[in-house]
Amino acid sequence: MKIYVPLDSAAVALGADEVVAAIGDRAQVVRNGSRGMVWLEPLVEVETDAGRMAFGPMTVEDVPGLFGDLSKHPKALGLTEDLSWMKGQTRLTFARVGVIDPLSLADYRAHGGLVGLQRAVGMEPAAVVAEVTASGLRGRGGAGFPTGIKWKTVSEAKADRKYIVCNADEGDSATFADRMLMEGDPFTLIEGMAIAGLACGAVKGFVYIRSEYPVAIRVMEQAIVLARAEGVLGTSVLGSGRVFDMEVRVGAGAYVCGEETSLLNSLEGKRGVVRAKPPLPALEGFMGKPTVVNNVISLATVPVIMERGAAFYQAFGLGRSRGTIPLQIAGNVRFGGLYECAFGVSLGDIVDGIGGGTLTGRPVKAVQVGGPLGAYFPRRLFDTPFAYEEFAGKDGLIGHAGLTVFDDSADMLSQARFAMEFCAIESCGKCTPCRIGAVRGVETVDRIARGDASAIPLLTDLCATMKAGSLCALGGFTPYPVLSALTHFPDDFAVKEAAE
Amino acid sequence: MTHDMPAAVGEILNRHLGREGALLPILHDIQAEFGYVPEEVQPQITKALNISKAEVHGVVSFYHDFRDHKAGAHVVKLCRAEACQAVGADRVAAHAKRALGVDWHGTSADGVTLEPVFCLGLCACGPAAMVDGRLMGRVDEARVDAVLAGVRG
Repeated sequence: MKIYVPLDSAAVALGADEVVAAIGDRAQVVRNGSRGMVWLEPLVEVETDAGRMAFGPMTVEDVPGLFGDLSKHPKALGLTEDLSWMKGQTRLTFARVGVIDPLSLADYRAHGGLVGLQRAVGMEPAAVVAEVTASGLRGRGGAGFPTGIKWKTVSEAKADRKYIVCNADEGDSATFADRMLMEGDPFTLIEGMAIAGLACGAVKGFVYIRSEYPVAIRVMEQAIVLARAEGVLGTSVLGSGRVFDMEVRVGAGAYVCGEETSLLNSLEGKRGVVRAKPPLPALEGFMGKPTVVNNVISLATVPVIMERGAAFYQAFGLGRSRGTIPLQIAGNVRFGGLYECAFGVSLGDIVDGIGGGTLTGRPVKAVQVGGPLGAYFPRRLFDTPFAYEEFAGKDGLIGHAGLTVFDDSADMLSQARFAMEFCAIESCGKCTPCRIGAVRGVETVDRIARGDASAIPLLTDLCATMKAGSLCALGGFTPYPVLSALTHFPDDFAVKEAAE
Repeated sequence: MTHDMPAAVGEILNRHLGREGALLPILHDIQAEFGYVPEEVQPQITKALNISKAEVHGVVSFYHDFRDHKAGAHVVKLCRAEACQAVGADRVAAHAKRALGVDWHGTSADGVTLEPVFCLGLCACGPAAMVDGRLMGRVDEARVDAVLAGVRG
């Protein structure tokens, strides 16, 4: 009997390890990634002749029932693949997450792994770059810069050393796609980085993982050792005679290191302070050498593009947002988790449909899209299609595709204050609009809270300064949550004025 | 400085010297060894990496993870970020502060340190916590009480 119990952090945080201990040696246990249905974690699967049957959310008390009549188990959900959450998705980047044993290269190969890298090995580097460019893949970290264009710059740069750096400093609240991918299918990221290395002429890669992700760090480190032993990494990638190797580096609890130039400084062993651009990291990045800095999801999507071709991937999506996006639905939501689908689904369909509304059952008041630097969207904007330009057109951003749902008990003035407070705590201190502006921002929101309406135009003005004058997205985008709260929820800023 | 501190630091330095950007891995290992980054080991690092004392101090003080003094015997980290706020993290944090009699970064008389964390990636099962390295989801006031009772013995 084979039982799958996720090693995913969310499953572990909800008791997966205790479930494994309760199973003991009565079955062969495979620690897989999560299927993304976090409200059902720990979601345990039992392999049967009909397919994998899902049970969840499992407790230790539910374990003995797994060894009886499975159809009568109180937590039986049916076949995993038949669950509506699974059937509605287009899983390309996350195709193997939750399905395979994340640390079995044999399992990885059996599910289409390494086909893309094998193909890339036989191609000219410029052809690989062209394929990624043609796929329309854009940076999934939030900036949305075309991945192929970045690769082209690095591949054409002349230098004695180049680097591939994976940004796994996933600090945005409501985002956990990078974590799930690294925990559930680490070889996909390794494969994507190896392809990037071959395409750009880089022989060394780094995965910079935040220290808050101990499980992802462990799984990635183990996977790299396995990949090296099997010749996927090392002095002859898949026997090609070409070199690429990589290592994990661990962050130290600084949110700003998710910004690519701060990350590079941190990787070099310095304070994670933002660098002015230009020079672009693609020309002068890690140690002053040409460097590709890509998000986990961007790199992990490259293997499927190389496996199935640019045209296949490019066929999904909306407008200039091509392919699929792993939505991370979080906060006060009934069905929270990771849902990968083509760009273009409306915000309302995501929140009310896929997410099932709030966990508390109260009305949805606001949804913050794109992490702590993303705008708060009211119900009025629920028809906005989920895509880069479409969200920008509504003064928002999709960021790393995390969505935090709030019910009507949320106070948007408090949320605006928190955005400024967070910026003040996490500012690297290099530029004045962010370092000082965020502190003044907290004070100004407090003035509004005390009933001083004259502070509202001051806050708007401060936001304009931060937006235009900050070096990076931390100071530059903090105005998004603040101004969207003010614009869409004026009552939360006015009620307190009346109370004065 | 305890007697064997230079030897332990020397061993850590030897492990990492020659790596590109060795300082963060070195500091992580030092903190794992001693529970904090003692100021007295910094000259040894500056010498080995041929960088200034200001550079080492600058890095240690920049990152939230690195401590300049030991934490309590137990460390409770509670997530303060938006997704956890949406399901009551502020309320849970207020409860924990009351129960321990400390504010953020404080250590209770019986050795429990309370720290904020901005996101553990458990955003669909918040409020999230990490207790002595162990991840927890859906933490409420009762769970906080149970956790504190557990670590306080």
